[in-house]
Amino acid sequence: MSEDEAVTETARGTEGAVEPDVTEKDTEATEDATEEQQSPPPPPGIPLTIDGKTVYAEKGERVIAAAERNGVHIPRFCYHPRLRSVGMCRMCLVDVDTGRGPMLSPACLVECGENMVVETQSEKALKAQDGVLEFLLINHPLDCPVCDKGGECPLQDNTVAFGPGETRMVEEKRHREKPIALSDLVLLDRERCILCDRCTRFADEVAGDPLINFIFRGVETEVNTFPDHPFASYFSGNTVQLCPVGALTSAPYRFKARPWDLDSVDSTCTTCAVGCRIAVQSSGTQLTRYIGLDDDAVNHSWLCDKGRFSYEAVNSPERIAAPMVRKNGQLVEVSWGEAIDAAAAGLKAARERAGGAGIGVIGGARLANEDAFAWARLADDALGTANVDCHMDDGLPADVLLGLPRATIEDACNAPVVLLLAPDLKEELPVLFLRLRGALTAGRTKLVELTPASTSLTQFAAVSLGYRPGEAGLVARALTDSGSTTDVGPVPAAAIDTARSALAAPGTVVVLGRPSLAESAESVADAARALAALPGVRFLSALRRGNVHGAVAAGLHPSAGGLDTAGMLRAAAAGKLAGLVLLGADPLTDVPDRRLAQSGLAGAGFTVAVDTFLTESIAGADVILPAATFTERPGTTTNIEGRVSPLGQKLTPPGVAWPDWMIAAELATALGTDLGFESLDDLRRAAAEALGGFSALAGDTVQPPVTDAGAPRVDAYGLRLVAGRGLYDLGVTVQKSPSLAGLVRPVALRANPRDLARLGVTTGGRVRVTGPHASFAIDVVADEGVPLGSAFVPANVGVDDARSLIDASSPVTDVRIENL
Amino acid sequence: MAVREIPRIVSGRWDVDDAHTLEGFKRTGGYEGLRRALAMSPDDVIAEVSGATVQGRGGAGFPAGNKWKLLKDSFPRWIVVNGDESEPGTYKDRIIMERDPHLVIEGALIAAYACRASQVFLYVRGEMAFAQERIAAALNDAYAAGLVGKNILDSGWSIDVILHWGAGAYIVGDETALLESLEGNRGMPRPKPPFFPAVMGLYLQPTIVNNVETLANLPWIMMNGAEAFAAIGSEKSNGTRLIAVSGHVNRPGTYEVECGIVTFRDVFYDPSLGGGIRDGRELKAFIPGGGSSPWFFEEHLDVPLDPTVVGPAGSMIGSGAIVAMDDTTDMVRACWRLVRFYAKESCGKCTPCREGTSWLETILARILAGHGRPEDIGLLVDVGDNISPGPFPGPGLAAGDAPFAPFPYKKTTICDLGPSVVSPLMSAIRRFRGEFDAYIARGVGPEVIASV
Repeated sequence: MSEDEAVTETARGTEGAVEPDVTEKDTEATEDATEEQQSPPPPPGIPLTIDGKTVYAEKGERVIAAAERNGVHIPRFCYHPRLRSVGMCRMCLVDVDTGRGPMLSPACLVECGENMVVETQSEKALKAQDGVLEFLLINHPLDCPVCDKGGECPLQDNTVAFGPGETRMVEEKRHREKPIALSDLVLLDRERCILCDRCTRFADEVAGDPLINFIFRGVETEVNTFPDHPFASYFSGNTVQLCPVGALTSAPYRFKARPWDLDSVDSTCTTCAVGCRIAVQSSGTQLTRYIGLDDDAVNHSWLCDKGRFSYEAVNSPERIAAPMVRKNGQLVEVSWGEAIDAAAAGLKAARERAGGAGIGVIGGARLANEDAFAWARLADDALGTANVDCHMDDGLPADVLLGLPRATIEDACNAPVVLLLAPDLKEELPVLFLRLRGALTAGRTKLVELTPASTSLTQFAAVSLGYRPGEAGLVARALTDSGSTTDVGPVPAAAIDTARSALAAPGTVVVLGRPSLAESAESVADAARALAALPGVRFLSALRRGNVHGAVAAGLHPSAGGLDTAGMLRAAAAGKLAGLVLLGADPLTDVPDRRLAQSGLAGAGFTVAVDTFLTESIAGADVILPAATFTERPGTTTNIEGRVSPLGQKLTPPGVAWPDWMIAAELATALGTDLGFESLDDLRRAAAEALGGFSALAGDTVQPPVTDAGAPRVDAYGLRLVAGRGLYDLGVTVQKSPSLAGLVRPVALRANPRDLARLGVTTGGRVRVTGPHASFAIDVVADEGVPLGSAFVPANVGVDDARSLIDASSPVTDVRIENL
Repeated sequence: MAVREIPRIVSGRWDVDDAHTLEGFKRTGGYEGLRRALAMSPDDVIAEVSGATVQGRGGAGFPAGNKWKLLKDSFPRWIVVNGDESEPGTYKDRIIMERDPHLVIEGALIAAYACRASQVFLYVRGEMAFAQERIAAALNDAYAAGLVGKNILDSGWSIDVILHWGAGAYIVGDETALLESLEGNRGMPRPKPPFFPAVMGLYLQPTIVNNVETLANLPWIMMNGAEAFAAIGSEKSNGTRLIAVSGHVNRPGTYEVECGIVTFRDVFYDPSLGGGIRDGRELKAFIPGGGSSPWFFEEHLDVPLDPTVVGPAGSMIGSGAIVAMDDTTDMVRACWRLVRFYAKESCGKCTPCREGTSWLETILARILAGHGRPEDIGLLVDVGDNISPGPFPGPGLAAGDAPFAPFPYKKTTICDLGPSVVSPLMSAIRRFRGEFDAYIARGVGPEVIASV
């Protein structure tokens, strides 16, 4: 079977899985599920006969799916339960009798009908299937020994099961140059391709990137890109997984392994916070690939390319493999004992000098839930500090994140209206984008956008309100107040009216993130609290960082007068932070205000870094402790919905690296505190006692909205800065994955063409952009999607980007641009 | 015997030099049928056309009025004129479009009015540059004269006609492939079910796709009534149809003949039609309805041009393309030539057609080149059977051959292009097996090499 079929279709079951069995729910949820199972079974459905057996189909169910549910496997290539049926490969031809006599029909297209009689083993059906297989094989190169797919190939498997034993074709096979690159990541072998249309359907229907299509005709037909338009899709890797033969191969995996040598474990991707279910596969000591698992609730088997290929970073030879301590200004590799002692001594001294308030812990969103809990306990019990924050000054207050009623992805996809107050989901949470895009194109939900610049979903929006950063709260209040009749900044009153009536139906799901990194969290939180007044509203977080939701739930957020990340960096810059722990944190790339990050790191006292890579941010640390990644340890992670999913251990960590919770436990012991757990089981028990599960909220209550929030004043000569991240950025995950590192897009400033026209520049031109603390030259792109008076600059993609412009001390940042 | 004189319903203006101009068209009674239709209710127009049984002239032969009644009750809905005439041997729609373009527009408007269509799409084959020129000029003139567009002929009814040129694919003659092409996609057929155009057609809205010639009958029916139309032709097959006669006849050309009355013998031998086989030779076989149809032979000469008779006899009247092959014809080569056409034109969508047609072509080419093997005959038949399973339609079997089967053929493919390739193949193998055997037995000879 193919990787796709073997893992997603057989192991998971094809259709109708209600809740993935892999998801660990908290106790309450498990009880709910048990109750559901006890409810009376639904009526049996449409009766029909398949191979002499009476089965019951759901309305609209295809014969191929109904047969599969009842243990009859009909061979197929083009059919895929997550794609539109096209009936192209003709492999699933079976005899279908609808009352007019048996007729050969494709089982993937025919809907089950009452009293239909299906024969999958009739002489006619078997001959047709044999014939189709022979047709598929006559021009297939049969280079299985050197094909990535060999061993997990539906064409091989179907040939064994149904195909002719020898060829009757004596003519020359069709020859093509092989392979050709469809993109930087995906290669196509046209000789192997059986033209099932899966990749092209996926690109068009699911990803919305119709960059590959059929060209030429007859036996010369091939899949290809349009001239000069490579298959540059964030989701291109899914086509490799979907391909039923070895025609599409991924550049990183090609020729790396034989499928039967791969060892696999189910896990959860933590590259972003969607929490896609994956199979982590390895050969020897190297990860070889991730495969998307078909989870009804989350990722429908899809992955983004960043997630799919980020295993390269796990394999990176640059991983930190041993603890290091700074001696005479140089980092020197030492034993764990020495490193832990050095870290404990430094932190103890810092605490003695400056007290708990003089120590800070930044980071933790990379950690598993168990780690986050352990580190929260360490900070509280052993370090005695409330200065703990897993956000990199790009998060939302915990009360908003966890205290407002929460929605699942499925809830959002079925809500009457989705209100998007978030950055471009395609860049930050790609698979959530796919899910919402699917729901929108299928007409299952409607979209209202509240965004400072157009996003990848804008084209599907019923209303898109392009607000000015800093005014999100004003627009939100106008949306909930039917008395409001005025424009709000660049947002016309009429558009607000339209949006307000769309939001009148109860059950809106607000997808809530940070629409712009250059707009303060408080401004967005204020808007969220105002939107909480919508009838039946629920919230789905759109914060990106891996396990940020689990980390917040575990307590890695400032409470009781503690400082947040920006506060800690500010205190450090002022020399008031005697001790700093960087917990998988890379402030120089991740904190929106780079000047703040630089000054904070430079001014911090004794610094301990727990990380996987020696980033620029931790290069100056006093002690560096090597950590395991999510594929190297068991644990759990929490996604945007609050869903807790298991992480599977596939490898041992490089060198002597440890899981983060173990580091916390050892460090606590060295600091004289027993955290009370020596194993993951101990830890989970402690966590269950303290938190009631990792998706629960630890004791925060929702703040009331600010009733009279004024908007920041507008600089009439400047543009309001909108900053957002791209999928491929300067973070270590991308930078340490060779296949992805080159995909970072160049920096450019996007602004409304009318604003640019006033300056006399347009797309392709260059301007000087000046922020509160920096000024540099930048390319411009005219973009109607950016409202008048705003300018979009990407963050974390270049030396000079939004991070140089953002002033974290101000709720918004205004910039000026001048023609060069 | 001479064929009966009949009114020239669709070719009446072919001798009028300026019939393609609005002036020439109107002078000869043009747009009067439309005027009369607009004075009736749409349902009455449908009733009138149904009363006349205008069997579709594109190939499938489905009566136009009945087709319209299948329209799902949903709006918007469209009329699409299929002007993608490309069946081998067929050249009749092109001549209508070139010489009488307003007739097509008028017919389309009548259909649109009857079906309460929201828009008309006129799809003309990409290669027909002259037809495109004439249709476009005619449409511009019709718009200027208030015959298309807003408030047509002051009736209060308005409709637009959109022109679309094909991109050069035979398969777009299939109505669902045409709709794909019209939507801007690659022209590939849609599976039926579920995509029956009258239910889910263009942009998934109800759509009627009618052939050019079919629509060209409508103005005459409006002017003269269904009864007058039904009085022409046989009981089941009313009116006239255009036939494109080619091959080894003395007078190849496009003729308008009476449906159901005129026989293939008339077509080949009547002095006003084919005028006899060239050089007084014997007829060896003929293609009765375009390259896709199973071949007929001398025993079928008295079959009338009526789908309800031709079908049970094992073939189809199709697009009205009739090709004569005399006794000098190399049947293996003729077969290969047709198979090659379909192999080149397969859209590549479904496996049996994409792979099967080209495999058949290469086997036949190999036999022609003198490298045939005795087992190739069985292979050809079985590959054909994997594209079109079961007894293939067609007569003219030698004793001991597979039993006779009526039209239509069965298929493992999405559309009829795949089985089309089996038509010449099975016809030639069944009737002229000896010629195949001779090629295989002879091996490579100089005359063979020269002929390939």
